[in-house]
Amino acid sequence: MRVSPLNRKLLRDLRERWAQLATIGLVVAAGIAAFVALLSTWQSLEQSRDAYYEEYRFGDVFVGLERAPDRVADRLADVSGVTLVYPRLVSPVRIPLQAGTSDRQQPPIGQVVGLPPGGEPPLNGVLLTEGRMVEPGRSDEALLIETFAERAGIVPGDTLPVVMEGTFRQVRVTGIAAAPEYVYPAPPGTDPIPDDERFAVLWMDRQAVAPVFQMEGAFNDAVLRLAPGVAGTASEDAVLAEVDRILEPYGGRGAVGRDLQRSNYFLQMRLDQLQALSGFVPILFLGVAAFLLNVVLSRLVRLQRGEIAALKALGYRDREIGGYYVKLALVVVLLGSGLGLAVGAWMGRGLTAFFTEFFRLPLLEYGVPPAIALVALGVAVVFGVVGAFGTLRGILRLAPAEAMHPEPPARYRPTLLEKLGVGDLFGSSGRMILRELGRRKLRTALSSFGVALALGVIVVGRFSADAFDVILDRHYQMAIQEDVSVSLIGPAPERAVREVGALPEVTRAEGLRVTSVRLQAGARSRDVPIFGYRDGDRLRRLMDSEGRVAPMPTGGLVLTTTLADLMQIQVGDTVEVQLREGRSGTQRLPVTGTVDEMFGLQGHMRMAELNRLLGEGPTVSSLLLTLEEDDFPLVEARLAEMPRVQEVTAKGHTIARLEEYTAEPQRVLVLILSIFGSVIAVGVVYNNARVALSLRARDLASLRVLGFTRGEISGILLGEQAIQVLVAIPFGLLIGRILSGLLASTLDPEEYRFPLMVSPQTYAYATVVVLAAALVSALLVRRRLDHLDLIGVLKTRE
Amino acid sequence: MSQAVLEARDVTRTYRMGEVDVHALRGVDFALYESEFLVLVGASGSGKSTLMNILGGLDRPTSGTVHFRDQDLSRANDRQLTEFRRRHVGFVFQFYNLMPSLTARENVALVTEISRDPLSPAEALEMVGLEHRLDHFPSQLSGGEQQRVAVARAIAKRPELLLCDEPTGALDYRSGVVVLEVIERVNQELGTSTAVITHNAPISEMANRVVVLHDGQVEEERTNETRTPASDIRW
Repeated sequence: MRVSPLNRKLLRDLRERWAQLATIGLVVAAGIAAFVALLSTWQSLEQSRDAYYEEYRFGDVFVGLERAPDRVADRLADVSGVTLVYPRLVSPVRIPLQAGTSDRQQPPIGQVVGLPPGGEPPLNGVLLTEGRMVEPGRSDEALLIETFAERAGIVPGDTLPVVMEGTFRQVRVTGIAAAPEYVYPAPPGTDPIPDDERFAVLWMDRQAVAPVFQMEGAFNDAVLRLAPGVAGTASEDAVLAEVDRILEPYGGRGAVGRDLQRSNYFLQMRLDQLQALSGFVPILFLGVAAFLLNVVLSRLVRLQRGEIAALKALGYRDREIGGYYVKLALVVVLLGSGLGLAVGAWMGRGLTAFFTEFFRLPLLEYGVPPAIALVALGVAVVFGVVGAFGTLRGILRLAPAEAMHPEPPARYRPTLLEKLGVGDLFGSSGRMILRELGRRKLRTALSSFGVALALGVIVVGRFSADAFDVILDRHYQMAIQEDVSVSLIGPAPERAVREVGALPEVTRAEGLRVTSVRLQAGARSRDVPIFGYRDGDRLRRLMDSEGRVAPMPTGGLVLTTTLADLMQIQVGDTVEVQLREGRSGTQRLPVTGTVDEMFGLQGHMRMAELNRLLGEGPTVSSLLLTLEEDDFPLVEARLAEMPRVQEVTAKGHTIARLEEYTAEPQRVLVLILSIFGSVIAVGVVYNNARVALSLRARDLASLRVLGFTRGEISGILLGEQAIQVLVAIPFGLLIGRILSGLLASTLDPEEYRFPLMVSPQTYAYATVVVLAAALVSALLVRRRLDHLDLIGVLKTRE
Repeated sequence: MSQAVLEARDVTRTYRMGEVDVHALRGVDFALYESEFLVLVGASGSGKSTLMNILGGLDRPTSGTVHFRDQDLSRANDRQLTEFRRRHVGFVFQFYNLMPSLTARENVALVTEISRDPLSPAEALEMVGLEHRLDHFPSQLSGGEQQRVAVARAIAKRPELLLCDEPTGALDYRSGVVVLEVIERVNQELGTSTAVITHNAPISEMANRVVVLHDGQVEEERTNETRTPASDIRW
């Protein structure tokens, strides 16, 4: 086959400039790989979750209650929008296991979930991973949740001691199971923080265990399926309200949709964290790569000005020459994109596998949606072609004779620094560097901007970890001062505080009253907890997002600022409060303040007022304790003996769980983003230096001829690059901060509000990564400088 | 005659151009003496630039020896050659090779900064008659002026050797003569051993000694009884 001369030139140019083109290709590849990997991971995780929920019939509405006769379920089924009701039994139990080898310090608590005859619940199904289902009619067999079984080392055939309604029983574990409603099994309590070690779920035959819980012919929990298109809309709110109305006489505890179902809430929160990185950051990467592609290709074209003119002089048409450069750009872009897609899909699969395991989704559905691949490819191609073409047009417009001349002689001027009279400090080399940078201001600015973007991307990668640290620190070190919180089974008289405070290991004991209410302001309503604080207590503090301690409410209701904004409540307004315990009914409360808290939506008030509101005497629902160091096991053992104690949580334990659930995926993401950021930084710095080398080869060779050493000329060329990189650093840090702010703003403010705090370590880390990338590029270029053609350069005119 | 500053013996230089060997120099003997003004003439391709590159420490011979005083340049490594150029050689090239980002004074200072006992940049520029153009950038100077800056840069370090490769090649006649006058004056006033390479035969009239190169070999070597001043040369 005959290859046209232009195509042959293309092949040779590709071969000759492969290193430079390869770095451009790598920038494209890094951008696309990050884009594809993160977006496909997030989408695949959602798909995996949806597939799991679908296959195991995860419900749409969940409600717990005291006790209702089975026939009440029919009334629920009649509610408009509800297609299926599954009434069931869900009851707390205690599991008097001895502390094991792990750091478990208190006996686990559990929950028995009834299974219908046949063992297949119509909603909230169970995935049997090991062993067999329970036999109908047996009250001594159970399926045990996988998360707990793994931690406690329990296998099918083992027996487990269970205290049901005060009666001790040995239950045989016949199988190990998982379920969509317990992806993150969280024990009951105010903090929906999952705890595999201390919370066991047992599925048992409902018929067989109902007598134990006095639930024959009755249910205390219901799962509902909604008609398609109802979930997540105003109709869902209507269903929830109607369900609450029906169940109110039966001690209904408030129906929730999937969004507030505890396991799904936590899973969603973590998917959202991932999405924050996977939605915004990939677009950022692709944008940065596209921009850099544009810049480097346009420089490449500019360097070929003479060749373009020669081709024109030979009679080649603009279209043909344009075609050549478009092909050059396309080869680079397509190879880079291909590599990026392949690496992105490979990483995406790995990440998805990692996260499905981490998020405990038993099904893995991975795929790169074609739309993502097409968008990535399209953006890269458009920016690549536009980059090459934009510059080419300018050159093609020149007459060939004019274009064949070198670009008009460079005009230099003394720089501002020299005009200020400090020029002498720099010596000739320094002056050359300064004037070169000063003359090519736009190029210098673009180069620095490219490096700054790479730096910014790395900062963003680490920002979410920083923000998480700040949240942990503010919430668990500053707002929450107790060592141990004790949630009680139902509210207790305030003297419980004194009783627990009398324990010898307890150095301070305080009480807290928490109750769930529905706030109503005009047409808007929200289910939120209200915290009541005793006067003079100091273990809980209100913190605003700036880390300042806000004053405790002195009268009326103080709301989270975001909650007040969502409900359009002003300080001074009065809101309706629908109570769910104590004397139920609706009360009105003045809103006396707002506090800009970092997460959650809640209200705060004085405990005395809250008690009055609920029509009760001085009553607490939680105890907050500080202890002498290392006394936790002892206190825990004592508390476990107290009948009203539902759960004892050590703050350290909670923090450890949170860190475990969040730190590892963050480390993986930070690593990946750093790698991509570094590749981009190398791509930019190396290309800058290569272009500078092409433009300055003659000057540098002349200096070598004059007796300058390799080190000295390297100093001049790399000095230029170093200044561009150094200038880029503060801007990059600023860009990183701005992008972090954008990232924070993409999060759902109803859940948590990221403080815009980037740690010095993150800035330092990003700076070090970019400097290292710059150093690597410098070494690569330095090798070329050592092989400058000293003689050739003297024979050519600039 | 005085002592040889630079001496080449039986120098050959072979380049490999693709598949063929090009014999640029085939056994050249050459000497440059103290304070001498030498013109090396030859047609293009005769090997004169190759010889000058070897004499100036920009290249090494394939065989033969080159000595600068007692130093064997043919065995010197890259670092030693750099040092040789830095201390002892002043170069003037056809295309000036000035740094466009530096003014005339600064281009000269570029060299004086790395030399022991140099002229001041102003003195050097005064010698080439550019004392009034000290702070002009190359883009603000004519070709002849740029070449005079290049001469000033070459001599500012008080080199022992001044090697000029086609110094008038890119200039019009009038500017070319001015540049030759400057080189002549430097040779006379500073006593710098000077070699001028040219394909322009009339320039050889201003030399003490003329070496004619043809096809990589010395074809002829002659001494001018009387030297014609640069100002009287016509081409």
